[in-house]
This record gives sequence, C-alpha cells and structure tokens, in this order.
Amino acid sequence: MLNRAKIIEVENLVKKFGSFTANDNLTFDVYKGEIFGFLGANGAGKTSAIRILCGLSPPTSGKAIVAGYDVAKYPNKVKANIGYMSQKFSLYNDMTVKENFRFYGGIYGLSKKQIVDKTNYFLEKLEMEKTRNVVLSEIPLGWKQKLAFSVAIIHDPKVVFLDEPTGGVDPITRRQFWEMIYENADKGTTVFVTTHYMDEAEYCERVSIMSEGKIEALDTPANLKSTYGVNSMNDVFIKIARG
Amino acid sequence: MKAFIKKEFFHIFRDYRSMVILFGMPLVMVLLFGFAITNDITNVRIAILDNSKDVVTNQITQKLISSGYFILEDNIESQNDIEKIFTEGRVKEVVVFEADFARKLKTEGKAHVQLILDASDPNTANIISSYTTGVISSYSLELMSQTSMIPVKINIESRMYYNPELKSVYMFVPGIITILLMLVSTMMTSISITREKEMGTMEALLVSPLKPIQIIIGKVMPYTLLSFINLIVILLLARFVFMMPVAGNLVLLIVESLLFILMSLALGILISTISKTQQQAMLLSMFALMLPTILLSGFIFPVENMPILLQYLSHIMPSKWFIIIVKNIMLKGTGILYFWKETLIILAMTLFFIGMSVKKFKIRLE
Amino acid sequence: MVSGEQIDSPFTIHHMSVNIQIDSISKKYADVMALNNISLSIKSGELFGFIGPDGAGKTSLFRILTSLLLPTSGKASIGEFDVVKDYKKIRQNTGYMPGRFSLYLDLTVEENLDFYASIFNTTVKENYELIKDIYVQIEPFKKRRAGDLSGGMKQKLALSCALIHSPHLIILDEPTTGVDAVSRMEFWELLKKMQKMGMTIIVSTPYMDEAALCDRVALMQNGNLLAVDTPNNIVKSYKGSLFAVKAYNMHKLLDDLGSLGDTSQVFRFGETIHITSTINDDKVYMESVNKQLIDKGYKDISIHKVNPVIEDCFLSLMDKDVE
Repeated sequence: MLNRAKIIEVENLVKKFGSFTANDNLTFDVYKGEIFGFLGANGAGKTSAIRILCGLSPPTSGKAIVAGYDVAKYPNKVKANIGYMSQKFSLYNDMTVKENFRFYGGIYGLSKKQIVDKTNYFLEKLEMEKTRNVVLSEIPLGWKQKLAFSVAIIHDPKVVFLDEPTGGVDPITRRQFWEMIYENADKGTTVFVTTHYMDEAEYCERVSIMSEGKIEALDTPANLKSTYGVNSMNDVFIKIARG
Repeated sequence: MKAFIKKEFFHIFRDYRSMVILFGMPLVMVLLFGFAITNDITNVRIAILDNSKDVVTNQITQKLISSGYFILEDNIESQNDIEKIFTEGRVKEVVVFEADFARKLKTEGKAHVQLILDASDPNTANIISSYTTGVISSYSLELMSQTSMIPVKINIESRMYYNPELKSVYMFVPGIITILLMLVSTMMTSISITREKEMGTMEALLVSPLKPIQIIIGKVMPYTLLSFINLIVILLLARFVFMMPVAGNLVLLIVESLLFILMSLALGILISTISKTQQQAMLLSMFALMLPTILLSGFIFPVENMPILLQYLSHIMPSKWFIIIVKNIMLKGTGILYFWKETLIILAMTLFFIGMSVKKFKIRLE
Repeated sequence: MVSGEQIDSPFTIHHMSVNIQIDSISKKYADVMALNNISLSIKSGELFGFIGPDGAGKTSLFRILTSLLLPTSGKASIGEFDVVKDYKKIRQNTGYMPGRFSLYLDLTVEENLDFYASIFNTTVKENYELIKDIYVQIEPFKKRRAGDLSGGMKQKLALSCALIHSPHLIILDEPTTGVDAVSRMEFWELLKKMQKMGMTIIVSTPYMDEAALCDRVALMQNGNLLAVDTPNNIVKSYKGSLFAVKAYNMHKLLDDLGSLGDTSQVFRFGETIHITSTINDDKVYMESVNKQLIDKGYKDISIHKVNPVIEDCFLSLMDKDVE
C-alpha cells in the first residue's frame, strides 16, 4: 500500500456549521485504484465530508488534496478531475439516455466525437444499446444506476464519488453494479463509496467508519472484524456507531 | 379543523420570505402605481402660437400656465416653427389659436383652438391633450356664465367626470385591490395544496378520517384572513397616503371583497386539483389569471377599445366585474342597485368554482 | 403463522380482527403492470414483510390496501371492510407511513405529532403510552424542525405520527430505506414491541436481511410474488447445496467460479462468494471445486457449506423469474 500513489490526502480536516462540528479533525489517505468505503450512521458527517472533497464547500480548517489539487484553493480543478453520482441526484429523467450522455460529456468538455464514442462504448458494455433513445423515466432503477455510473466516469476522472449508489436496487443488479466498480478500480480509477448495505462494505479494500463527526475506525474489512472480535461488518458497524 | 388551520398558519409564518412578499407587495404596488408609474402630468413644456393676440387668448394662456400642469417654453410666431420646435424636443404640445379669436367668439359664437401633440408617447399625449382640453373648457364655462355667448366647442371625456382632479391613483387602486386579492387567494392556496402533494403529506391526510371539505376549508381559512388584511392595508394606504376617500359604503365594499376572495380561493383549489407540482400551480395562476386580470379587466386598457373577441373574453374574467363594483363603490359612491348584476355574476362564478373543486378534489391518488 | 401470543404489556390494544384478504389484485399504469394478479392473506396480529427492490410493486399494493389507489382488477379487504367501498372505515382504522415519510419539514417535532393526533380526533396525551418508547428518543429534539432531523430521527417521528391514533393495523412503506444499520436495528425492535401490543403490522423493505425479522414474508419482483412463506420455510426450500468460497484475489475468483461445472449460481456475498451445487454429494463437489481452483493457481482457498439466507433465495427465484 505504501508504494501506491495517494489520490486523496486529508489532514486535520474540520468543518463547522455555527457551533455544530460536522467533521472533527479528519485525517486519512486514499490511494490510486483503491475502493474506499466511507461508512457512518445518518448524521455522522459523511455528506459534509464528501461535499468538501468534491470542492463544493470549503473546510473550516485543515487541508484536503484531491487528484493533486487543494480543494479550498482550486475547487474547479478538483471538480474537473472527479466524477460524482448519488442515489438522489444523477441523471435527468425527462431526457433520453443519449441526451444524458451528451449533456454530461459536454459539461466536462469532451468533443462531439469523444461523446459519441463513449456513449457507444458504455451502451455496448451494459448491453443497453436498445435504450439509446428511451426517455430515462421509463428505464428501471437498476439500469438507471448503471447508466449514472457510466456518465459519472465519462471524462475518465481520477476519483469517482458514489453516494449510496445501490439504495433500493435489486440484489442481482447490485452485484452487477459492484462488478463495474471493480473493473474501473482495476483500470486505476479510485472509488470512494458510501452505502448502508453492510455486505457491500466487505467489497471495499479499506473501510472508514464515522461517528459523530470523527473517524472511529479505518482498516481493511478483515482487520476491522478481527480488531472488534466479530464476524461481520454489520457487527463492526453496530459496535462503533452505538458507542 | 382548528389544528389544521393552526398548522397552515405555521407554514405561512415559518416561510418568512413569502410573508414579506405577501405583505410587502400591496405596499410596493400601491406606492409604485401611486407615485412612480403615475399618469399624472406636471410641468409639461408647451409652446403657444397665438395668431390673434387678444384678451381672450391671453386669458386662456394664463389659465394654462397657472394650472400647474404646463410650463410655457416659447411663444412661436409662425406655422413653420411648429415642426422645428418638436424636432428639437423642447415641447410636448403646441396650442394654436386661430386669427381673430376673440372677435369670432363674439360674432360667430365659436372659435378654434388647435392642439398639436408630440405623439411619440401616445399615452402621455392623450393625457396632455385631455388636461389642456379640461383647462380650456373650464375657462369657456366661466366665460359662458359671465356672458351669454356660446363658447368654443370642447368635448369632455366621460371618464374624467368621476376623477375631476385627474389623479391616476384613483384609477389604479381598484385594480390593485383586485390583483392582490386574486394573487394571494388563488396562487397561495393552489401552491400550498400542491406542496402537500409534492411532499407526500397529502397521502397521510387522505388516509386520515378528514373529509375533503375539511381539508379544503382548513387550507382556505388562513388565506381568507391574509387577503382580508391585505385589503385593509391597501384601503388605508389609499386613504392616508393618497388622500383617496371611499365615496360609498365601506361595509358594502368589504362584503363584496369577501365574495371575490371566496371566488378566488375556490379557483385556487380548482387549479390545485389539476396541477401536479407547485410550479405548475404557480404558472397556471400567473398566466391563466394574473395576466388576463391585468390586461383584460379594464384595469390598464379600456375594454371598449379592445377587439370584439377580447371584449367577449373579458366577460369571463371575474376580475372585470369586481373592478366595476369597486370603482362604483369607491369612486362613484353608488349603492348595490347599480351593480347587483356584477355581484350576481361573481356569486355565480363562486358557486361554479366551489362545485367544480369539490367534485374534482381527489380522495385517492392517481 | 400467527403470533397469537398475548404477552403482558402495559398497553394492549383491543383486539379487532384485521385479517387481510388480497384477491387477484392487478394494477396497470399505462402499459406497465405494476401488480400482476396478486393473491395472499395476512392474519390478524402478524408482522408481515414485503421484500423486494424498487419497482417491485410494493408501494402500489400498499396504496391499494390503504384505499389511496383503485386496483385495475381484483379485490382486497381488511377485516370486514372492502378497500374500495368502505374506504372511510379503512382510513379510520389504519395507520400508514408512506415511503417518503409524510412529515411537515417546516413544523417542529412536537407540532407534527400534535397535528397528526388532531386530524385523527385524538391527542398525544391520550395515546402517549403507545408511542412512549419511540418518542423518548426524539423528545430531546421536540422543538427542532423536522427538516433538520437526521434520517433515523425522521423515521422515528414518522412512525410516531402513524401510531398516534392507535390503529389496529399499521402499514409501513420502506421505513428503513436510506437509514443506517443501527437505526434500522432499533426500528425493528420497536416493530416487535408494537406487535406484542396486539397490532397487525405490514412492512416493506428492499433490505433482504430484514426478512428474517418478519413472521412471514412475500418476496416481490416486477409486480409478481416470487414466494410467500415464513422466512424459515423459504430458506429451507432452497434448491441445491450452498457453499461459501474464499481465496486470494476475489475478483478473479468470481469469473473463474462462473465457469465451473455442476454449479448453478455464483454470487458475491460479502467477503465470500456463494456457489450452489447441482449434484447431491457435497463432499465430492467441494473437493472438485478445490482441485480446480488449485489448478488455476489460487492460494488460501477456503470452501465450506453454508445455510442459505433470504437473499440467496431471492437471487435464485429472480433468476427463474427472468427465465
């Protein structure tokens, strides 16, 4: 792990909203090509941390470097080098599959030819060529999430942030989704993912668990289980989140 | 029911931005129409071409200048100077007295004054012309009472009769009352009901034992009160800022307004039953109601001047009838006898909308 | 299976039979079949779960049961009341927590609760015992606006609101979606408690692991019922033997296991991969898998037989459904 390049470096990161501390002195690194699980209870401060790492909100103090750029100083450089997808916000429901690709490709400054090539590549890969001109609202959720992931990596970002990407998705599609994650991690894309499915925590290389704004644990799933003397990530999570 | 109304007030008061708009708007609109977008004219520069230069033309000129509306920019000597002075933009109006003015008036009983106006702004030109006409005609009446001769022929617009001081705020207040009552009642009700649909809370209300009519009344009560407060604010502004009295019966005005509010609320509910999102409800209220109210109700543009088709269309605008009623009470000071037809029309519309919205209010989801 | 056991509880609801009968219910939207000829019955006092992903038809079914939606065809009744004809009675006696929580985000916790109590003609005080267990957890925040609560807290408030009129039947649409594992666990403990008070509970969830906590479950997919039974029976009816395999380089392992013979189902499952044998002799199968993996150069191979869980069953039933 030590010889891998760091793609996210977070040092003493603090975010306060008034008197409320959402992120309390976070320090961690994420490496190139790693699948990093970012877990925590609702309200533990995950969303606030992800916003900072995506360059959407400046930290109160501390430092965060993503894809080589300081998030506070160069938020736009950060944004150009990351991809983002969440369960709540991803694609436009009133546009067709092709139009969504074209729109997001355009946002990231891809040329017309690049967009067409990428669209063809992803649709072929997902075996969804037939849906090219279908309006997104008519496509089942699982397929949508796979498309959303493809769109999030259309500009070959160094890091892709996935915020609960598989919520409500059926178990087969959920697994296919993780296959896509693995494939891209193998190609060198770093994947930063949050989830409430504890079996998915097992799929990550390393997992951090947040509670009340702090990172309480950060290790490989195997090490976490042996440290806490339990058999599943679910139990690790419950032990930490319940205090 | 009580709890429902309480809850509705919480929504209204918590959303302080909307509150500001709701209560700030009548203020801003009345002040805006009263002061800024005023149609009143003062200090209009004019020129006089006096081909007669006798006692009468001199007196008329003095009257014009002392009226406070006009400033005499120049006395010009020939017909040829008229175009020049307009081109230079120095005046808005030139008043031309024909030669032998006083003598003609005495011997023939009539004399001609020609008003030449810069009509690049036709609206203003219209007003200036009617002001000038007003001043001259009042002079001719004076002259007539002194002597027994027949004066210069001048036609007076009947519209002025009820607005002798020519203050445009008098014309706007009824219109503003109408717009605001409609805006608050219709738009706010329709938005607040569709918001419940969007947030998913309508589901919870529907599965409760509340009857549709209870939901509707609970929604409508707070906005009735808000509209009513707005009405009072506008009337107070009109009375104390613009010194505009209510000529007729105040109680009658309030009763008629409540009827109009009720109609607007029913319309708001009807809109909410056909729109799925707050945005749709807002657009529907804005474009289907507000703009026609402003454009077709006779508030700004006189209905009589519209193409026949639009005149017919204006008949189905509830606001048109309400404006007539308000003008009658506030300006003419007439009683119900003069506008019972209009009242009946609004009453019928109210019943129609209530019937429709109760019928269309869905007890289930789609 | 009925949980007819009457456990002494400080607060017991008067028993009213709320047997639920669903008869060939179908619901069609435009050209999509949201529910395809669903029939099942739920007994009074049961904790019944509908398990399935988004789009399975759970919400449509719940809306039909709460009288909010008319079925395209078929009939359903709760106790003696028909969900279409007697909708007023149904609404009086059913607690419903819609999928999107149905809270007024600009009202405080307390105001939300008061409001929902009053529209059911009751007061918070009258039924405080019923919601006490849940409410004490959110009481410290009672002056806070619902919009500022975390997901877990919102969910508890929504449940309190749905319970406040002490309904005989409570229908919860995905109460645990988007909620963290700890809050989910606490939520299920609450549901168990309510059941002991005599309430009939119908709940839907996309989390397969929550199925084990229900008396009976219906597995749903694309508007169809894949299975209806107790979690135990569903697991028992799993066809074939299930093995958990682990080795170094799990990602490659998944591909290689997929090309094994005598194997019907290969799915990643937490830290292991679950494979299903199609032959009877477990020992022979395990040895054969082990040998093939060694031949392919795998190290640290671990393979052992495991009992299937609901998710295994769902995966296998889904596979059949697709075929």
